[in-house]
Amino acid sequence: MFLKEYINDVLKAAKSLLTGMKVTGYYFTHRKEIITEQYPDNRATLQLAERFRGEVVMPHDENNQHACTGCSACEIACPNGTIKIINKFDIQPDGKKKKAIDTFVYHLELCTMCGLCVEACPTSAIKMANTFEHSVFNRNQLTKRLNQPGSKIREGVE
Amino acid sequence: MIEEVGTTTEGDLVINVGPQHPATHGVLHLVITLNGETIKKVEPHLGYIHRSIEKMCESLTYRQFIYVTSRMDYLSAHINNHACALCVEKGLQVEVPQRAQYIRVIMDELTRIASHELWWGAMAMDLGAFTPFFHAFRERETINTIMEETCGARLTMNYMVPGGVMFDLHPDFQKKVKAFIQQYTSKINEYDELVTGNIIFQNRMKGIGYVTKEDAISYGCTGPVARGSGVASDIRKIAPYDVYDKVEFDEVLETGGDSFARYLVRVKEMQQSIRIIEQLIDNIPEGDFQAKTKAVLKLPKGEFYQRVETARGELGVYIISEGGTTPYRIKFRSPGFSNLSILDHMVRGHKIGDLVAAMGTLDLVIPDIDR
Repeated sequence: MFLKEYINDVLKAAKSLLTGMKVTGYYFTHRKEIITEQYPDNRATLQLAERFRGEVVMPHDENNQHACTGCSACEIACPNGTIKIINKFDIQPDGKKKKAIDTFVYHLELCTMCGLCVEACPTSAIKMANTFEHSVFNRNQLTKRLNQPGSKIREGVE
Repeated sequence: MIEEVGTTTEGDLVINVGPQHPATHGVLHLVITLNGETIKKVEPHLGYIHRSIEKMCESLTYRQFIYVTSRMDYLSAHINNHACALCVEKGLQVEVPQRAQYIRVIMDELTRIASHELWWGAMAMDLGAFTPFFHAFRERETINTIMEETCGARLTMNYMVPGGVMFDLHPDFQKKVKAFIQQYTSKINEYDELVTGNIIFQNRMKGIGYVTKEDAISYGCTGPVARGSGVASDIRKIAPYDVYDKVEFDEVLETGGDSFARYLVRVKEMQQSIRIIEQLIDNIPEGDFQAKTKAVLKLPKGEFYQRVETARGELGVYIISEGGTTPYRIKFRSPGFSNLSILDHMVRGHKIGDLVAAMGTLDLVIPDIDR
């Protein structure tokens, strides 16, 4: 009686193992259903979602102009102190002073990619880029200046 | 009192599991007293990943503090954000647009499926089966891609904001979610073939880590751990938030109380989540995805509490406001902490090999326990 039960158990176990192995065997013979990607070998064809939050960038147009007024809304919205805006005063042709950004400092090493700065920006001057390979050899390189040298605020943006 | 590692006066062996051990899924430290191979006592030691999130939240504004909560239970980040957003809305008395409510619930359920998928794979891996992990990750990856497209991140989304969601759905969202539902329903049989029906798996799960209904209640267990013992504790049913009162779904209850019952609850819960998404995905109303709120949020003086059902159980957010722009005090009632507290009770008298199986069914996420 005991022996019969024991053999029954062994057979049941073997059957359930084979059921499991059937699934494994299916994928072993159907290579097309494997969805693993070979990163970094597939860098050329790699497509990331457009909205993916990789880093903060400031888009410049062909005239080297941006839309940042230096209002510091992003600096206030940031939970980690990632953004620091240094302002300067441009003297306009009519002699009046106008506030403009001197340097838009972005600390990538402090950024958690929450996207609150982009939400807060009233002129859509900054946006999230979907680049994600941020490794550098020196940590100083992680502190970035987002406005390009010699760039100016676009006409009409207040 | 903390037992020293070594041999006690009664001749019992005291050993460490963790803080860095593949079976604990994080920095959980268990001090186990053993009599031969039989467990006499399990003592969890916490604090290895304590980041004082509650204190950090006190210095952040009501918009800013939500992103930190993604780092608590990172597998149900959406649901954590949801709880915080709901609590702040309660204080502000903002009416959330219907569209945002639908989006939030769909996202919550997708997160729940993704979380249970990962648990299912990791659970099988704890027991020595490596293949199921990749099968689970195939489905989870599909959800992650959907999340990445709409929310902009795969794990720490920060998609919920007070008053709605951060941006509108991606145009492909509905199509992709429907494709996922199809993929999931066609692959669900594989899950049962690979793991559920396996005789070795069943023998290691049945009768292990038994929790009675009374114990589950008195230890404060919530979520699948409590429902595996027959305690109806689904917040989505008890206190529905957003559009959960409009959808039809069953609260999965198992009366077994052992590890296998908890396993079944989670597997069946995934199908219920699919059912909720199927009801909502075609009926997302048009309109705003975010209510108009002030640039600087100020909660009136008072106390606000909101609880939601995460993938692990009941998460409570308790805000005390003094009327300023930052909370005076925030307290999170995390499901993982209460669920961990029953571990000692449920593995006493079992063999040390069963500890991993029983702990796997608790679905512990250590940053949620430590915060």
